[in-house]
Amino acid sequence: MKCNASFVFSDAFLKYHFHEDHPFNQKRVVLSKELLEETNKLTKEQIIAPRMATEEELALFHDRSYIEAVKKASDGRLTDADGYEYGLGTEDTPIFENMHEASSYLVGGTLTAVDAVLGGKSDHALNLGGGLHHGFKRKAAGFCIYNDGAVAIKYIREKYNLRVLYVDTDAHHGDGVQWAFYDDPEVCTFSIHETGRYLFPGTGNVNERGIKEGHGYSFNLPIDAFTEDESFLQVYEAAFREITEFFRPDVIVTQNGADSHFYDPLTHLSASMKIYERIPFLSHELAHQYCGGKWIALGGGGYDIWRVVPRAWSQIWNVMSSGEVAYGDIPSGWLEKWQPKSPVELPKFWHDPEESRPTIPRKVEITEKNEKLLLNLLKYTKPVK
Amino acid sequence: MLVEEIMKTDVVTLPPSATIKEALALLQKYRIRHIPIVEADFSIVGIVSDRDVRDASPSIFDKEVNSHEMEYELRSIMSSPVITIHPLDFVEEIARIFYEEEIAALPVIRDNKLVGIVTEKDMLYTLIQLTGTHVQSSHIEVKVPHRPGILPEVTAIFGKRKTNIVSVLVYPYKSDPDYKILVFRVQTMNPLPIIQDLREAGYELMWPNNIPEPKL
Repeated sequence: MKCNASFVFSDAFLKYHFHEDHPFNQKRVVLSKELLEETNKLTKEQIIAPRMATEEELALFHDRSYIEAVKKASDGRLTDADGYEYGLGTEDTPIFENMHEASSYLVGGTLTAVDAVLGGKSDHALNLGGGLHHGFKRKAAGFCIYNDGAVAIKYIREKYNLRVLYVDTDAHHGDGVQWAFYDDPEVCTFSIHETGRYLFPGTGNVNERGIKEGHGYSFNLPIDAFTEDESFLQVYEAAFREITEFFRPDVIVTQNGADSHFYDPLTHLSASMKIYERIPFLSHELAHQYCGGKWIALGGGGYDIWRVVPRAWSQIWNVMSSGEVAYGDIPSGWLEKWQPKSPVELPKFWHDPEESRPTIPRKVEITEKNEKLLLNLLKYTKPVK
Repeated sequence: MLVEEIMKTDVVTLPPSATIKEALALLQKYRIRHIPIVEADFSIVGIVSDRDVRDASPSIFDKEVNSHEMEYELRSIMSSPVITIHPLDFVEEIARIFYEEEIAALPVIRDNKLVGIVTEKDMLYTLIQLTGTHVQSSHIEVKVPHRPGILPEVTAIFGKRKTNIVSVLVYPYKSDPDYKILVFRVQTMNPLPIIQDLREAGYELMWPNNIPEPKL
């Protein structure tokens, strides 16, 4: 099925840059875009430029005092002590010049994607520059300054008054977005991630279900370290389908972090490209089934920027624009251009060949544990019979 | 950590002359499970738990409800003497009291007067805080030889990377007295440089960092 889809992009995304050695690197977005262009899957007409989010828009979620602090940090006027209170100037979120503008562009990109879909221009929209799900109301954390997902969902609630299902497949818990809507029954959040027992941020337990009116509208699947494709997809697909049927959203917003792959240096999950083919497929199917197609997809984590992220993120667009994932060889033009710059050997195929995959001990136990978790997660969503 | 830092000072109490009925009403109203019984000068003479009250209440199967049992004074059912603690006791010590005595609330007494209460739930909450799992962090476990100076050696690696440590736990390695497990919760999403430094320094990492393949 061919759909009308928009791809939000600007070189301004690259300005969100902490320093050379920082694992969060927006070059990923360029690598993905060029991979798509080389495969002839992305045309100029499909690309839309992001706007910069206004302070009013940022304040839909963030504290004014925090925005002020980021602006001060942006031009070097923030003291270390003041920065610490807001999580600015830490190892994870160091201060860099013009960080306010750079971060506002990422948020603006997500708002542009929202308007493209909800304004009727496209069925789906993708902002790979967004998905910064660890940003808090008044604190930067986990490589995230402004939380574009949270701002965008507040924006959707305010401007379009639609019920939003937020689905987060980043290997880290989508804590910033979850806490933003923890008491809101009109926004349902669902995050699948590696258990927080070892991994940042540590939250995202299955018993975090929301509070007050929002109780029952937060879902967390904290899967075990070293979970592989089969188990991941088994629990993810079952949960996603059932939650969507339970909540019946008007629009789906997905955060498509690509850090659950066995090559990813920051997490212990061991998935392959298989999950990155299936994940957008499911979002696409359910968006059409429940939301008249309305689906906004965002980027997120992803720290093997050469071997994993470009392929994983390109597949989101492939599904969005054509309903199909790409198979076979990676185009030689892309490999020729980027191999000299890459410190690792770039993949030759869209899929991961069997021999590249690691052998994981305790697979049976991990699968069993994840299945139990799924049953626990869904114990309140079953229709009353 | 001291008891005075975690105790609740707003304690619901009753005199020994109050009735079982009154106790039941307070247990339900405040959703609590223990009421210290005090004299007018706040000296403690007993404690009544929800189970004491339930044992004294008529059975729900009893059709002829004889409510005069509920009019008995609390002195007739309260536990006495009471195991109490002092504000300057250590939290670790009172954990042992909970464990050994199999009770769920400890009144805090200073100068013969009731000044607070610590329940098993407060205790568990405090332990959660001590483990550091309530703040954003990554978790690293290192197996080290049990000898003086090992902790500063390991933490120096975190310091060099300017990584803030949220909490440190030291626990035994199975039953081997020659080793300890150090558990660090660190305030970063990127523990990779530290993990590499620890490996290079020859420390043994525990699950899930003890499988270097295929991540490195």
